[in-house]
Amino acid sequence: MPHDHSHPHTDLPSDPALRVKALETLLVDKGLVDPAALDEIIETYAHKVGPQNGAKVVAKMWVDPEFRAAMLSDPMPLLREMDLYGRQGEHMIFVENTPEVHNVVVCTLCSCYPWPLLGIPPGWYKSDAYRARVVREPRAVLADFGVTLPEGKAVRVWDSTAETRYLVVPERPEGTDGMSEEELAALITRDAMIGTGLALEPNS
Amino acid sequence: MSRVHDMGGRFGDGAVNASDDATFAQDWHARALALTLAAGALGQWNIDISRHARERLSPKDYTRFSYYEKWMGGLAELLIEAGVVTREELQSGKADGISPLADRKLLAEKVAAALAAGGPADRPSDIAPAFKRGDKVRLRARSGNALVNGGHTRLPAYAAGAIGEVVIYHGTHILPDSSAHGLGEAPEPLFAVAVKSTELWEHPENPNDEVILDLWQSYLEPA
Repeated sequence: MPHDHSHPHTDLPSDPALRVKALETLLVDKGLVDPAALDEIIETYAHKVGPQNGAKVVAKMWVDPEFRAAMLSDPMPLLREMDLYGRQGEHMIFVENTPEVHNVVVCTLCSCYPWPLLGIPPGWYKSDAYRARVVREPRAVLADFGVTLPEGKAVRVWDSTAETRYLVVPERPEGTDGMSEEELAALITRDAMIGTGLALEPNS
Repeated sequence: MSRVHDMGGRFGDGAVNASDDATFAQDWHARALALTLAAGALGQWNIDISRHARERLSPKDYTRFSYYEKWMGGLAELLIEAGVVTREELQSGKADGISPLADRKLLAEKVAAALAAGGPADRPSDIAPAFKRGDKVRLRARSGNALVNGGHTRLPAYAAGAIGEVVIYHGTHILPDSSAHGLGEAPEPLFAVAVKSTELWEHPENPNDEVILDLWQSYLEPA
């Protein structure tokens, strides 16, 4: 049986910052948590792991047809080679936008997100409004991001209900022929890889 | 049947605030994330148990809590239920001695390796896939956990009873409905199933839209 009892969080301070501090202090005093390990985890997701990882992969998919085909059929061996395997990215699937279909990713039940490629999700991704609405009215949600899709383009919303994690490969903008992978990666935003944005236009 | 976290399709939430886009809007958000990961590394619960702990917050708390407050609420549940800390320790804030689990503490120099190792959810299974790409399937009529009353499940209520089409076979994965309740990993086939917007909503934006969900074989029947 799941326990629906009086909730232990009521034993903690009501201010959330103090609540975290109280839990940390208790766990450190019990010898269960190393504060330096917390610093290391924060450093990892604040500065090392983020959307720049996903952008690098997508840029390579844009310029290298063989790599693109491999990433669309079985990305995990290649992600391991690129050191982009890890927690919350164990079962990646890349989904490609086309002239006919636009993809958007959500987790309606919690906040599942491909950490090794995009880092920790932004606030809006975890918000009730995004989780509730994007499955039912994706175009209205895209409008909140200033994005309008061409008339008639279908939307495919991926609800991340299992441990598979989805990353959107945006369409490559016109006028980017001859650009280097590094230049292309700068056009590939976090939102474009979630599907609430498009790749930036060159010189935008 | 479902709980407050199961909000897909709900009306009334208003606009998405696209400018709320910081990784960690407050320092304590980062601390809460790190503390949750470090406590998880003690190995006293799995990801399904921890999701269910957050989902079991009362609807009032779930709604009024910010994201990382839910994580802290869930963590307090988990620590008490697993016997890692006592209610008395939580109330007083004072540790009653060093924990017998202290030798499992995640050390700073092991963090990178622990995060890189991940926690894959695929497992070998004796259950053969009953469906293949292109097959029509009906999602279970009710979104509740079939094993445990009020238990954890990953079938969102908005999609229950809908008819869809298998688009990907993911292999065999741990069944959260079992794993969240200490009933074993019970791995079974997992599929991505595409459901047309017209199956799900009274007023779809476009009849060609679809929602794709990852669903375990026991959530599905032939249609």
